[in-house]
Amino acid sequence: MNLKSPLLEVKNLQVSINENQILKNLNLKVNKGEIHAIMGPNGSGKSTFSKALAGHPAYLVSNGDIFFKGFSILQLEPEQRSHLGIFLAFQYPIEIPGVSNEDFLRLAYNSKQKFYNRPQLDPIEFLNVICEKLKLVNMSPLFLSRNVNEGFSGGEKKRNEILQMILLDSELAILDETDSGLDIDALKIISTGINNFMNPSKSIILITHYQRLLDYINPTYVHVMHDGMIIKTGTAELAKELENKGYEWLQ
Amino acid sequence: MINKSNKVLNTNITNLVNKTYQYGFSTNIEKDIIERGLNEETVKLISKKKREPEFLLKFRLRAYKKWKQMSEPEWAYLKFPQINYQDIIYYSAPKAQKKLKNLNEVDPELLKTFEKLGISLTEQKRLANVAIDAVFDSVSIGTTFKKELRECGVLFCSISEAVINYSESIQKYLGSVVPIGDNYFSALNSAVFTDGSFCRIPKDTICPLDLSTYFRINDQNAGQFERTLIIAEKNSKVNYLEGCTAPQYDTNQLHAAIVELVSLEFATIKYSTVQNWYTGDKFGNGGIYNFVTKRGICVGANSKISWTQVETGSAITWKYPSCILIGDNSQGEFYSVALTNNYQQADTGTKMTHIGKNSRSRIISKGISAKKSKNSYRGFVNVTKKAIGAKNYSQCDSLLIGNLSNANTFPVIFVQNSTTKIEHEASISKIGEEQIFYFLQRGIYFEKAVELMLSGFCREIFTELPLEFSAEADKLLTLKLEGSVG
Repeated sequence: MNLKSPLLEVKNLQVSINENQILKNLNLKVNKGEIHAIMGPNGSGKSTFSKALAGHPAYLVSNGDIFFKGFSILQLEPEQRSHLGIFLAFQYPIEIPGVSNEDFLRLAYNSKQKFYNRPQLDPIEFLNVICEKLKLVNMSPLFLSRNVNEGFSGGEKKRNEILQMILLDSELAILDETDSGLDIDALKIISTGINNFMNPSKSIILITHYQRLLDYINPTYVHVMHDGMIIKTGTAELAKELENKGYEWLQ
Repeated sequence: MINKSNKVLNTNITNLVNKTYQYGFSTNIEKDIIERGLNEETVKLISKKKREPEFLLKFRLRAYKKWKQMSEPEWAYLKFPQINYQDIIYYSAPKAQKKLKNLNEVDPELLKTFEKLGISLTEQKRLANVAIDAVFDSVSIGTTFKKELRECGVLFCSISEAVINYSESIQKYLGSVVPIGDNYFSALNSAVFTDGSFCRIPKDTICPLDLSTYFRINDQNAGQFERTLIIAEKNSKVNYLEGCTAPQYDTNQLHAAIVELVSLEFATIKYSTVQNWYTGDKFGNGGIYNFVTKRGICVGANSKISWTQVETGSAITWKYPSCILIGDNSQGEFYSVALTNNYQQADTGTKMTHIGKNSRSRIISKGISAKKSKNSYRGFVNVTKKAIGAKNYSQCDSLLIGNLSNANTFPVIFVQNSTTKIEHEASISKIGEEQIFYFLQRGIYFEKAVELMLSGFCREIFTELPLEFSAEADKLLTLKLEGSVG
């Protein structure tokens, strides 16, 4: 990997789903150590962007390219992108019946270990690892025996996403509205988790509607997305301006 | 525009799908058959070929008369073309050159067939802890460990042999659990059954080996009508396993079996099936029509019967392993996984009839339906006036895969006394593209994801299976579902 190249570079990206073009010529450069907040009205393409980065099969890239660590990842399967270091915290984490959170987390962890030829952990070793991480998001170990996201409250689902992010320790984390639907306490816990995760060798893309998350997490850049494109880029000040004025003045 | 959705999931799937039904081969062997069609003469001829005693011929003829007066049941949630009962071969047996003294004299072609199915009948390579009765089309071709079992008093042989050697037991128990006229298919089976297994565990004995019957349908036009009778005497215990496969033909074969279990005081029978008949192809052509009557009767106090089934095969499954709980404190159990894919249809479940005081039953049913298949659970819990303190727990879970499949549950609970405790739980869930993507995003491969979700869903049932079966069942389910997500 070329040290000077950004961790993620998106060039002229066009993405469609069911033949509707959602992303139109999107460009973005994310360097290590940067936090990019993406804001924008509903339907502007923020979630589509996150799914396209993760390689969701329903999202078709019709033009442009995505470079991660200097290489195009368009041809890579979702699990390969994950192994390379792309993590997506879902806006609506899905319930998986019959699979315990513990098994799921261990399998995810070991899949990555295997990919990098590192030793895989047996259930007991893993329990030590995961219990440490649980503390970081203020979750009880009891929650390991429950099925993945099944019967979780909105806040628990979001904390579970952050737990997985910390566990897999990916270089690029894309957080899709991880703050929506949270009360103030949960928001603080999650922000702390995110800040603990962040270091100069990692990057985060924060998709959010609200300025309040940015009170806890200091973004390097704030982008405004509209109709499948980034129409304005600024600093944390921009988010505050948006909070006061809405999006209309930009269009 | 190519939808990438299909591309990604399908590449994973195609790799898997190429492993088709691995038991689809057929064996070329000289056969002794009775011409197609069914009438009184056919019934007499079957009885004559098997050199049966008079009482059995009468039993068959009574059944035939009954069958002619009955009509196919129509209440099940199944759709299939009319079966032409005159177009079926009712007796098809490998031609025996002479009377066999032991298994080593069995036609090598037949032994090879069973080897290929992973069932070794030859002395050296047999499974160490399972005695097997191998049934090929209409006849049993051999039973392993017969002598060893005989030494501890366990009778285990083909039902044809039992008719001759243990005719007293047969006269007493045959048709005692599933009467001739119980239903259309039981009447048919009673008239034309050709072979099956018989087993009797003596008093105070725990059967030292698991007993097993392996059914193989080979002939394209033959129906298989076998009959199994298991009797557990006072304070005895037996584990029974049933396996089955059939070649891949584009026509349908009829399989109408009866299993009767009798459990006396303090006796336990555990009956497990992994059913893997040919299901038909992905367009719904061919496959086995499986109409089976399985019933156990807990006659003695504190007796127990437990059914475990993993149903993955057959174009059509119509099957309700049931328990009649007569003895006080008797127990009935039903654990089932039924998986349907493509155009398969399954209507399966159980009946628990409580008569004895404090009788208990437990029903755990898991239905998995993929593609355009239909999967129904049908249950009947009947608590009679006498069954003071009876308890039942039922749980019916359905798992849908994709958007086109169909799952139904038809539970009926009928209680006639106020001391009964009944619990019923049901759930329905779905494996779709989004669940799979969640796994993939976390770096977990497609196959692993499906396997994990399935074995999670079926865990309670698989733990009931004997060890040899349970690993197999896990693999079987994953294999059967190839290509159904996406």
